[in-house]
Amino acid sequence: MSNAWFWALGGMLVAVLWLTGRLVTNEYVFFMGYAVAQYILLATAWNLLGGYAGYINFGTAAFFALGAYVSVAINKLVEVPLPVLILAGAVAAGAVGLAMGYLTLKLRGVFFSIATLALAIVAQAAVTNWEFVGGASGAYLLRPSEGPWGGGYVEYLFYVMLVMAVGAVALARTIERSTVGLGLSAIRDDELVAEAYGVPTLRLKLLVTVLSGALMGMAGAPLPFYVAYLDPPSAFNLSYAVNTIAMPLIGGTGTWIGPVIGAVLLTTVQQTAMVTISSAFNLMLVGLLMVAFITLAPNGIVGLVRNLRRRA
Amino acid sequence: MLDPLAVLNAVMAGVLLGGFYASVALGIAIAFGMLDIPNLSHPAFVVVGAFATWQLNSQLGLDPVLAGLVMAPPFFVLGAALYRLYHVCFERRGDAALQGLAFFFGMLFITEVALVLTAGADYRSVAAPYIGASLTFGGITLPGRMLVPFFVSIGMIVLLHQFLTRSFTGRAIQAVSQDPVALRLMGVSPTRIKTLAFGLATATAAVAGSLLIIIEPVEPSIGRDFIGRAFAVVVLGGMGSFYGMLLASIILGITESIVSDMWNPSWAPAIAFGFLLPTLAFRSSGLLGRKL
Repeated sequence: MSNAWFWALGGMLVAVLWLTGRLVTNEYVFFMGYAVAQYILLATAWNLLGGYAGYINFGTAAFFALGAYVSVAINKLVEVPLPVLILAGAVAAGAVGLAMGYLTLKLRGVFFSIATLALAIVAQAAVTNWEFVGGASGAYLLRPSEGPWGGGYVEYLFYVMLVMAVGAVALARTIERSTVGLGLSAIRDDELVAEAYGVPTLRLKLLVTVLSGALMGMAGAPLPFYVAYLDPPSAFNLSYAVNTIAMPLIGGTGTWIGPVIGAVLLTTVQQTAMVTISSAFNLMLVGLLMVAFITLAPNGIVGLVRNLRRRA
Repeated sequence: MLDPLAVLNAVMAGVLLGGFYASVALGIAIAFGMLDIPNLSHPAFVVVGAFATWQLNSQLGLDPVLAGLVMAPPFFVLGAALYRLYHVCFERRGDAALQGLAFFFGMLFITEVALVLTAGADYRSVAAPYIGASLTFGGITLPGRMLVPFFVSIGMIVLLHQFLTRSFTGRAIQAVSQDPVALRLMGVSPTRIKTLAFGLATATAAVAGSLLIIIEPVEPSIGRDFIGRAFAVVVLGGMGSFYGMLLASIILGITESIVSDMWNPSWAPAIAFGFLLPTLAFRSSGLLGRKL
């Protein structure tokens, strides 16, 4: 897909969604749209590090919840517009990514992954003990009844999330096609060889860890307004981590379109399953799909389509 | 002012707790430390072991520790089968690191949800004569529900250590991660040895699960709390060194116990991370082990 096409399609998508949004009166549509956009953002952020560089982050929930709780904390102190909260969430989560990455990225990828798993647990313990943002009992937020440009507030949240998601996908696509992207795929294929050929491996890994963490923080920042009540078990829910890993793996890692396909597919399936069947079964479905794709189709849907085309 | 007896009690409780942590980490010390297989789902298997123990105890009145031993052979077979799947799908493809981690994470999730769907999300506990009892001397109380798991855990670790250092098969397991080609030249199939070792690692989850449910009531998602702890002590102990892992477990147990008693129990799960991060950053060879 050429650049012109990508931007034309991206712009058209936002415009069409905005226009149809004018006609929609049912707020549920925006709730659902928000969930899809949020997962596109999270899956794309995860894929920057996991798909391009091959470093698996199990701590999505930590970065995501950090963004959400920074938002809660600032909102308690001063009333600022949502974009400021999002920026603050990005800075906080990016800083945690930098610290984590600096301490663990010099070792093999497995150790980074285990450290991120532990990070989620520590962050949850920290927030549970942080009384200012509600501690274990959670925080209530008053959602404004109207967005800044009229329309419902959830509608506004949806557009904000949509713009962030499209921006993240554009960023991922730019990275994929730049020398940074080439360096990252060299790291994924053989880090030792990459290092020997002069790829600044640590610097590249740190860069995408910070970017990935910051994007996850941005995804979390509007969450308190979306759910109106936030407590640690729901903000740190394991399903964020599982979904965020499952989506790129199902869609196809290593390409910008993979996480988008995975996120749209999985969120839609889950929203349907949530209404029709139990939520435990819903989680089972995600787990089974993820394991099935890793074992049987390691390149995801993108890889399957590519194989079909090659054969045709 | 700190009461010295209270501190001593907390330290003793920590030693017992740490001994139990070692039983959970043992399977990871074998799978991750020796075979280089990052089995994140091991703590979930421990919880499955705990639920199986609960079934055997409540239905048949079997002693929990005995139930754990009875469950060990079926766990061995399941573990061996899981390794075969892992081997075919990832090790042979040569893409073990990235995909393998995600695979085990998925297994962790599936195991947990399967438990919720079959046994429900409630807390379960077992009955045994030593659970309510306790030993007291000199103002120090040692509850039976901690003492029995401690000794069973230590026994299991010593036994396995003897097996790994004394027997031919055990030495082959230790050799397989270091030099599979040399092992093959000695007429041993690395895949068979790894299957055996991974089965053994999974079998320890059955026993660790029975110990877990003796210590506290268990619900399906409790395994997650042990992932950070188990991997932290395996890394801190020096990857595959059993006694290093045991030492690290006891240090972790004591620290957690003191923090819980003197300060705030809700911080306890975070301590393992506080151990793990500096170890990874500054001393990746751990307490008693080789460099990563």
